[in-house]
Amino acid sequence: MSAAPERAAAPVLELVDVRKSFGPIEILHGIDFALHAGEVHALIGENGAGKSTIMKILGGFLAPSSGAVRLDGKPAPYATGAQAEALGVVVIHQEFNLAPDLTVSENIWLGRELGGIFLDHRAMRAGTQALLDELDSPIRPEARIRDLPVSDRQMVEIAKALARKARVLVMDEPSAVLTHKEVEVLFRQIERLRAQGVALLYTSHRLEEITRLADRVTVLRDGAVVRRAGRGELTEDGMATAMVGRKLEDIYPAKRHHAGAVALEVKSFSVPPLVKDISFSLRRGEVLGISGLVGSGRTELAEGLVGLRPASGEILRHGVPVKVGSVREAAACGMAYLTEDRKEHGLLLDKNLAVNLTLSTLARFGTPFIDAGREEAALTRAISDFDIRAPRRDMKVGNLSGGNQQKLLLAKTMLGDPEVVIIDEPTRGIDVGTKSQIYAFIDALAAEGRSVIVISSDMPEILGLSDRVLVMRHGRIAGELEGERLTENAVVRLVMGTNEQASGSASHV
Amino acid sequence: MSDSTRSDSTRADLARADTARPSLAARLPGLSALGPLLALILLVALGAYLNENFLSAGNVTNVLARSAFIGMIAVGMTFVITSGGLDLSVGSMAAFIAGVMILAMNALLPSMGVGVPLILAGMGIALGAGLLAGLGNGLLVTKARIEPFIVTLGTMGIFRSLVTWLADGGTISLDFGVRQLYRPVYYSGLFGIAWPILVFAVVAIAGQVAMRHTRFGRYCEAIGSNDKVALYSAVNVERIRLMTYVLLGLLVGLATIMYVPRLGSASGSTGMLWELEAIAAVIIGGTALKGGYGRVWGTVIGVLILSLIDNILILADLVSPYLNGTIQGVIIVLAVVLQRSKSSA
Ligand SMILES: Nc1ncnc2c1ncn2[C@@H]1O[C@H](COP(=O)(O)OP(=O)(O)OP(=O)(O)O)[C@@H](O)[C@H]1O
Ligand SMILES: [Mg+2]
Repeated sequence: MSAAPERAAAPVLELVDVRKSFGPIEILHGIDFALHAGEVHALIGENGAGKSTIMKILGGFLAPSSGAVRLDGKPAPYATGAQAEALGVVVIHQEFNLAPDLTVSENIWLGRELGGIFLDHRAMRAGTQALLDELDSPIRPEARIRDLPVSDRQMVEIAKALARKARVLVMDEPSAVLTHKEVEVLFRQIERLRAQGVALLYTSHRLEEITRLADRVTVLRDGAVVRRAGRGELTEDGMATAMVGRKLEDIYPAKRHHAGAVALEVKSFSVPPLVKDISFSLRRGEVLGISGLVGSGRTELAEGLVGLRPASGEILRHGVPVKVGSVREAAACGMAYLTEDRKEHGLLLDKNLAVNLTLSTLARFGTPFIDAGREEAALTRAISDFDIRAPRRDMKVGNLSGGNQQKLLLAKTMLGDPEVVIIDEPTRGIDVGTKSQIYAFIDALAAEGRSVIVISSDMPEILGLSDRVLVMRHGRIAGELEGERLTENAVVRLVMGTNEQASGSASHV
Repeated sequence: MSDSTRSDSTRADLARADTARPSLAARLPGLSALGPLLALILLVALGAYLNENFLSAGNVTNVLARSAFIGMIAVGMTFVITSGGLDLSVGSMAAFIAGVMILAMNALLPSMGVGVPLILAGMGIALGAGLLAGLGNGLLVTKARIEPFIVTLGTMGIFRSLVTWLADGGTISLDFGVRQLYRPVYYSGLFGIAWPILVFAVVAIAGQVAMRHTRFGRYCEAIGSNDKVALYSAVNVERIRLMTYVLLGLLVGLATIMYVPRLGSASGSTGMLWELEAIAAVIIGGTALKGGYGRVWGTVIGVLILSLIDNILILADLVSPYLNGTIQGVIIVLAVVLQRSKSSA
């Protein structure tokens, strides 16, 4: 099984002693790294370790500061991503590279449109449909990217890459925003490409995916390779330890919540068009998980609760009805929402860390003039509380690694000191070490007597964090699980709607 | 072993970078930010070289006072553009406000008589009209959710035609006696500095401070940068947008107050193309046309550049002043090219 790296044929694409600096700070310190035909090579490492940077260098999107990129043993003859793509080196980026106002089909054919003087729309649409069918995806080729949820956008990104007929396919956390089912589809495609002799590079913070897919693993820490291994040589624990540089204990906190008084009550709450007739309550010191498929209305419910979408129904805080028509009013009632879409809804990518951190609580930083000193102090505290790794504190947030962006977003949400926090996909794109930090953090929030709602597609996360789980299906509550009944099996059944008992309880909720 | 020491030292580097204050070089505006300032200095040097009268107090006052009207409007425009909007109606709005103001003062004259109260009433009416005009634009953009370009293209035509109609195709003139009393607002000043220049300076400084150091400015940049993020961050996006248009309307009113005593009249051609000059000044100054980043001091420099070109062409007699538009156009395009090379670097 374990293909010994030494025995393999000459690499297709290779990095030789590659260094990369942004300004005065060196991010990659002499990386040697090779991709072989017909192999899945996994690159793992903490947030900010330099995975995306390596992938961008491989794909021609960044030039190394020193060292060489070799394609088929010769210096890679491309200087841009487009040239690399023409040579069959295709990258699926961590940040979506789709034109939001164009349709799915237009995006997939962007730069390689079919037809002569006039575009052959029909052929392109048919080609797109075929690709999407291959991916088992219900996305319509005419849909505008702007209107699609993040998981669909990721599927479009994957379809786009598949359409490129790659020799080398580089995938930067493609599964982070996908549902379980979509991940399976993605894996089938990866296995098919591997069988066809494509060289694949894969990264993910879900280590079980690495175990399943990778023929080789390279572990990166702080911009240097710290471990190379073949298939089966590293356990998930071993990977985590190599990545973080220390042994990780159980990443989920012990269940210990002593729920207090009811802090939030939601009665027959509807968010048109999907979410209908939701009722639940939340106690102080409780962590409530909300599970369900993407598209089951979890995010819509959360956005309705904090006034981001028009909604009807009743919200009671400490037994008193409150009106929440906007995020400001929600904040005034002590409620905050952390979005799942940090790039479109969460952070100003062109602005620096401090501006982003204080944006939703700016009124606390001085009137009429903003006190820059207090902002800096808040940033210093956030950087240490949330362990944000930023090479420079005045850098643009868009240049932070994905996981560090997520930590900043968490810091921003918590700056308002909310009593009820709704966190949508708290650890998307976050490494294991940081995950356990974030879990401990959520746990601490509950221990302080705050109420936390965690929306997550990650099953172990939902099970590991929640005192109680609501499962949503088609915009309604399909069931509620607590205590003994809270098992993976039970949740999955409710999510899929294959449980007699569950459908019974769904009808009476 | 070596791996762990390596990573420890990188950690330490990161930590140090975290706590270090940004270096002096990082805090100074970059070369491309200083571009407009350099261009301004070059223009001044060129003007002084071509004509010895260029730096005379008279000429400097003349240039600055003429810049003041566009300048005040451009400062307001900076906020509108920074928050992702646009206002094409300001030139016509100025003409309309001037017309309304003069007609109102003439109408109030019999009851109030020539005196300071009448002038103050006229100023109040101008500011009120500016506020309402800005509010109209702002409400159409925020409540009716119509593109700012379309809204202000429409109101541009409306204001222009209204003032032409009020003037019955001719000119609306302020009563001669009132004009004599009002004249000093344009022609005299404090410590030898003309009033329009002083007012412009105050507006510019207040604008710069508001953009850099207040929530309003921060919110404008946030909205222009990504209005969804602003909305999710508890920013009252609609109200801030509305406020930018109202602020601009008020500043157009203020500019009109300073402008009317200069000629004492308004007509269908008053304030012609001011909107384009104001927008050009904002862009030359380094504010991003797509929003998200505003630089008020840059706008001031942009305004000065535009009026200096005008002035130098007239003084120097090198090329025909009719080519003024060509040169301004070249400068605008150059400014945008420079900005782009900065962002792609
Ligand atoms: N353009 C840039 N300017 C400055 N620093 C940058 C830039 N791009 C990346 N960096 C820094 O380089 C480091 C490595 O980033 P990279 O995105 O490669 O990390 P990553 O391993 O992909 O992390 P994640 O798991 O969070 O996605 C980070 O510290 C990041 O802030
Ligand atoms: Mg990354």
